[in-house]
Amino acid sequence: MKVVFFAQSRQLAGCAEFDLPTDRDLTGPDFWARLIEIFPGLAPLQKTARLARHETYLDADETIHPHDEVAIIPPVSGG
Amino acid sequence: MSFIPRINKVYPDIAFTNDEIRRYGRHLIMPEVTLEGQQKLKAARVIVIGTGGLGAPILAYLAAAGVGHIGVVDFDTVDISNLHRQIIHKTGNVGKPKTQSAVEMMKDINPTIEIKTYDTSFRSDNAFELIKDYDIVIDGTDNFPTRYLVNDACALLDKPNVYGSIFRFEGQATVFWASRGPCYRCLYPEPPEPGTVPSCAEGGVLGVLPGVVGTIQATEAVKLIIGQGDPLIGRLLLFDALKMKFKELKLRKDPKCPLCGTNKTITELIDYDQFCGVSPAQQKAVFIEEVEVEDVEAALDAGRIPSEIDLLDIREPFEAKIAQIPNSRLISLAEFSKRMHELDSAREIWLYCKDGARSGKAWKLLHDAGFRKIKNVAGGIDAWSEEIDPNTPRY
Repeated sequence: MKVVFFAQSRQLAGCAEFDLPTDRDLTGPDFWARLIEIFPGLAPLQKTARLARHETYLDADETIHPHDEVAIIPPVSGG
Repeated sequence: MSFIPRINKVYPDIAFTNDEIRRYGRHLIMPEVTLEGQQKLKAARVIVIGTGGLGAPILAYLAAAGVGHIGVVDFDTVDISNLHRQIIHKTGNVGKPKTQSAVEMMKDINPTIEIKTYDTSFRSDNAFELIKDYDIVIDGTDNFPTRYLVNDACALLDKPNVYGSIFRFEGQATVFWASRGPCYRCLYPEPPEPGTVPSCAEGGVLGVLPGVVGTIQATEAVKLIIGQGDPLIGRLLLFDALKMKFKELKLRKDPKCPLCGTNKTITELIDYDQFCGVSPAQQKAVFIEEVEVEDVEAALDAGRIPSEIDLLDIREPFEAKIAQIPNSRLISLAEFSKRMHELDSAREIWLYCKDGARSGKAWKLLHDAGFRKIKNVAGGIDAWSEEIDPNTPRY
């Protein structure tokens, strides 16, 4: 599962992209748990950052498939 | 047809002088604009909240394009650290109100338009009054409480909110218009934990970045006014300057949105500092013990730093290269958790960063780890430069 980091998630993860090894579908909370295991610094973003699959935002109850590309999009406020 | 019903009613009566016709000639010869589009622009009323990095290009381009009535809101004064990106402000205007500085430039660009300045912060108690007579609101603010406020005020008065925000090398832009698509709360229902998303002052920003995002906002405002093309309603544009890529995400209206969903629970403006957890009462919940830069100077003069007190610089190494307080030891916040074991909890430890925000986080990390003889240097090296040693460069 390809994970693409935006804005602060990129800074906290220390990379722009990451291949999350998984061979099964993940729910949103499962996905975050797996990710935070690898990147503990991302924990504060779970509550507020949105996940997007391909070109659309994911709702909280949607499952993510092993071949999906998931983007992590935290809010930013600078102006 | 303009997307703004009021403009469609009033624009046919708008007239131009011959000078104005020449000024807008390159607009007038495009079939998407023509004289009618230019009349719509002159009839339009647009208010821009914030004259910072985003506000600067927005205001300049709206003035140049001939938007007839522009409202400019900002409470702040021009600081020299604004100038690398806020290109509407000039060096000679450092210290002046930003509204005044912005209007000077806008009048230089186009003296034919009407500009109103509001030298005030945008708050729950003045938001409706400020935006009610405008057709379009453009969000050029720089913090989450004000962004939720702009969103809610626009949704409650059914105004389009042309949104843009930036972080370091990245930006986001969209048009929120609750009666026609999603609002900011549909996208981000929960504000981030206070202190988890750095501002431009804390995280830095590429100077040209708000230029890209602000011009996208100005473009969207012009399109809404003249009624051409596809507005960014229901689409979030993500811009990544390092990869030089745009990504577009479809946004959906959230039926559960408390502001614009089917069961609305937000029907008036609220306390946005409290909503975002940044009100003074909430911040006091964790009490960080502080010392002033005067205390640091006294401790250095008396030799207590470094003999009794460890002075810890928790900024990044590249910041320490710009300037440091004497006798300080560098452990950056990024490495803090890993290197905390190098510190001696029996000794007194004073922490500083640029302005006291990051060192406050480091203070909490140490406090959580059981350190009790720790103090945060209020105002950081900025305060040191201002109060103690003016030769220390500010950045």
